[in-house]
Amino acid sequence: MEWKAGVQKRKGQFDTAMKYSLLFAALASILIVLMIGVFTLREALPAFRHIGLGKLLTEPVWRPGQEQFGILAMIAGSGLVTLGSVIMGVPLALGCAIFLSEIAHPRIRAVVKPCVELLAGIPSVVYGLFGMVVIVPIVRQIEVPGNTGFGLLSASIVLAIMILPTITSVAEHAIRSVPREYREGSLAMGATRWETISKVVFPSARSGIISAIVLGLGRALGETIAMIMVIGNSVIVPAAANSNPLTIFLSRARTLTGNIAVEINYATGLHQNALFATGVILFVLIMIVNSSARYLMTRGGLRSGR
Amino acid sequence: MNSRKLRQNLAYSTMWLACGMTVAILLVVIGYVIVKGFALINLDFFLTAPRGGLSGEGGISSTIIATVYLVITTLVFATPLGVGAGIFLVEYADNIKSRLVKKLVAVARFGVETLAGVPSIIFGLFGYALFVSALHFGFSILSAALAGTCLVIPVIIRTTEEALKSVPNSYREASLAMGANKWETIWKVVLPSAIRGISTGVVLSAGRIVSETAIFYVTLGGSYRTPTSLMSSGRTMALHVYYLAMETRAFDKALATAAVLVVLIILLNLVINTVSRWLST
Amino acid sequence: MTEQTVMKTRDFTLYYGAFKALNSITMDIPVNCITAIIGPSGCGKSSLLRSFNRMNDLIVDMSVEGRILVDDEEIYSQDVVELRKKVGMVFQRPNPFPKSIFDNVAYGPRIHGTRDRSKLAAIVESSIRDAALWDEVKDDLDKSALSLSGGQQQRLCIARALAVEPEVILMDEPASALDPVATLKIEELMEKLKRKYTIVVVTHNMQQAARVSDYTAFLLTDSERAGNLIEFGGTSDIFTKPVDKRTEDYISGRFG
Repeated sequence: MEWKAGVQKRKGQFDTAMKYSLLFAALASILIVLMIGVFTLREALPAFRHIGLGKLLTEPVWRPGQEQFGILAMIAGSGLVTLGSVIMGVPLALGCAIFLSEIAHPRIRAVVKPCVELLAGIPSVVYGLFGMVVIVPIVRQIEVPGNTGFGLLSASIVLAIMILPTITSVAEHAIRSVPREYREGSLAMGATRWETISKVVFPSARSGIISAIVLGLGRALGETIAMIMVIGNSVIVPAAANSNPLTIFLSRARTLTGNIAVEINYATGLHQNALFATGVILFVLIMIVNSSARYLMTRGGLRSGR
Repeated sequence: MNSRKLRQNLAYSTMWLACGMTVAILLVVIGYVIVKGFALINLDFFLTAPRGGLSGEGGISSTIIATVYLVITTLVFATPLGVGAGIFLVEYADNIKSRLVKKLVAVARFGVETLAGVPSIIFGLFGYALFVSALHFGFSILSAALAGTCLVIPVIIRTTEEALKSVPNSYREASLAMGANKWETIWKVVLPSAIRGISTGVVLSAGRIVSETAIFYVTLGGSYRTPTSLMSSGRTMALHVYYLAMETRAFDKALATAAVLVVLIILLNLVINTVSRWLST
Repeated sequence: MTEQTVMKTRDFTLYYGAFKALNSITMDIPVNCITAIIGPSGCGKSSLLRSFNRMNDLIVDMSVEGRILVDDEEIYSQDVVELRKKVGMVFQRPNPFPKSIFDNVAYGPRIHGTRDRSKLAAIVESSIRDAALWDEVKDDLDKSALSLSGGQQQRLCIARALAVEPEVILMDEPASALDPVATLKIEELMEKLKRKYTIVVVTHNMQQAARVSDYTAFLLTDSERAGNLIEFGGTSDIFTKPVDKRTEDYISGRFG
């Protein structure tokens, strides 16, 4: 059966060829990560060398035309808007998560859960637009000197809405994963349903909930377009407008992400290097945030003894 | 005891409120965009091109074409790479004997995890540095598609892996026992079973590309003209919303385009959900 | 039966949706005794047990007919939270909370209003002592409860149930997930506990029922797969001279 042996041999060669092509495909992803790392660092290195990491991080003035490259204002902007979105978004998200996992009738859950998923799917630019035409005019009503409506408050509101679905789904999953036996044990001792939720279920899901919040934080730090559209993009360190310190949230600002996106298309030379350096710093920041989320999740799994 | 009951009722009401607020937010955002947006939508809107400049006049025909062009090009790059990687990681990786390759595979897995967590602007930055500048592709569909590939590859790899893992081992064993080799088994038995899960990943990626703005803002350029080749610049619908909102006062057109986007995303979501439900039955 | 009864059922019938799980059960649970409920798998023993403290309320679509009375009061007229304080439960698989040993046992008293730290400490100690666990854990009550062995965890769950000072303790196959040594410890504990409490235990282990209980109830499914009470009486009577032939068949291992 010579021809058959020939067919088998060719099939075998094809099989091997496929194996190596697939290996190449698998390596493509690590290749991409490497390339991203190499290229961004290559472009960023001149900035680190000529400006210095310390100066980049602590100088409040960003004026590329005059060779001044300090991203402190953007760090403050990103930090404050993330803080604002976490303050507004986390309680709402956790409340929703508890509602969906413990309180809602299955039929209500079947309606609300897709709503949350839909919130996650809306493009950032649509949230940005909504912020511009609805939220900014409302915030503008606040009577404070210099308040144009654009600023940290509007951006925090928009960002809170955007991280809401992320935190809710992960937290809800964490709460649902708490074993039934804990709930039964608590109820059998005469605890009310709410006491069971607040004193047994919620604490047991603690690490999953924390990682949900941290994931939301990472999402907030990485958001670009919606922030550009509502935060005002002024390169200033946000400050209070009058004696009330809360008015700092009415200040315009700029995020790290916004800084990169808005200027990269026309930046050259050291200016461009500085923007890449900002990218590297942002990347490192988000890596730290994401790894802590992963660490918290696995640590939680170990602690519960299962 | 009454105070305990009271505390429970108070807490329950707060949770109900949280849920109500979330649903209300969704309804307000989608409702506002769709209601205000649809007011302006007619057939012309889809068929005319935007006039460019500061006026914001015109429709979105070129942006629709640009979006479709971009999605197809990105998927052409990303799907073979992503599905191939997924197949390797599930079907071949465990049987590797070479220690070097084993290490490479572990590194590859780590790479996928890392990529999944990178914010899209970083992909944009990288795309700008490599494709637009260094390789001189300029602001083009090609640059944007390559950047987009990096963005969606983790999604395709993950869904492919899950789809393949859910194919029962007995299928593979039966095929091998009949004398088929590994690749034949994969191509003729495993992949057809996993095809639905894999297509979910592809559709998800398409949705991602349609929704993304930042990454294409820095790689696609902003031309309002219909792209004619891979090297043409253009703008997706999402980018068009951004440009309208930031460079013109035509918020009504922006809302109209946003409404189209939102409806598209809802439809894509529905497709994904129905396919997933097919899978679980 | 000359004993006083703390809990009784009268024509109690339980439905899961349209399915009748228990059919017209009438029995009296005598105080300060151990009553065992035995029968083949699926005959409704656990369902009956869980009816006593209304844990079945957690099941959607559940409905009941007839009555169960605790301290001569209908359980569905009582506040369920107060009922469960009076009627405690120990589950088949030990389920301590992922908290410290102290916080596990203090959970019940804290819920029901005890805030004083020294009072809590006293309650925790006496409950753990009553559960025959004190010597093994007294050195570190802040240790995680999940670090204890299976048998210790189960005794901790018993201590937890004791801490709210119940009248009745329901035990759903409390030793079936434990090794023989731990099982023996649980059985000895039950003997000790019946002096202060009333115990109702579900078990699929007939030897255990014979060893440990004062009264025994035998349940069996009828043609409609509903659980019926076939016979109830003193344990020695049930096991040596059963009245009903089905009881005799089950005892002598002809089915089950």
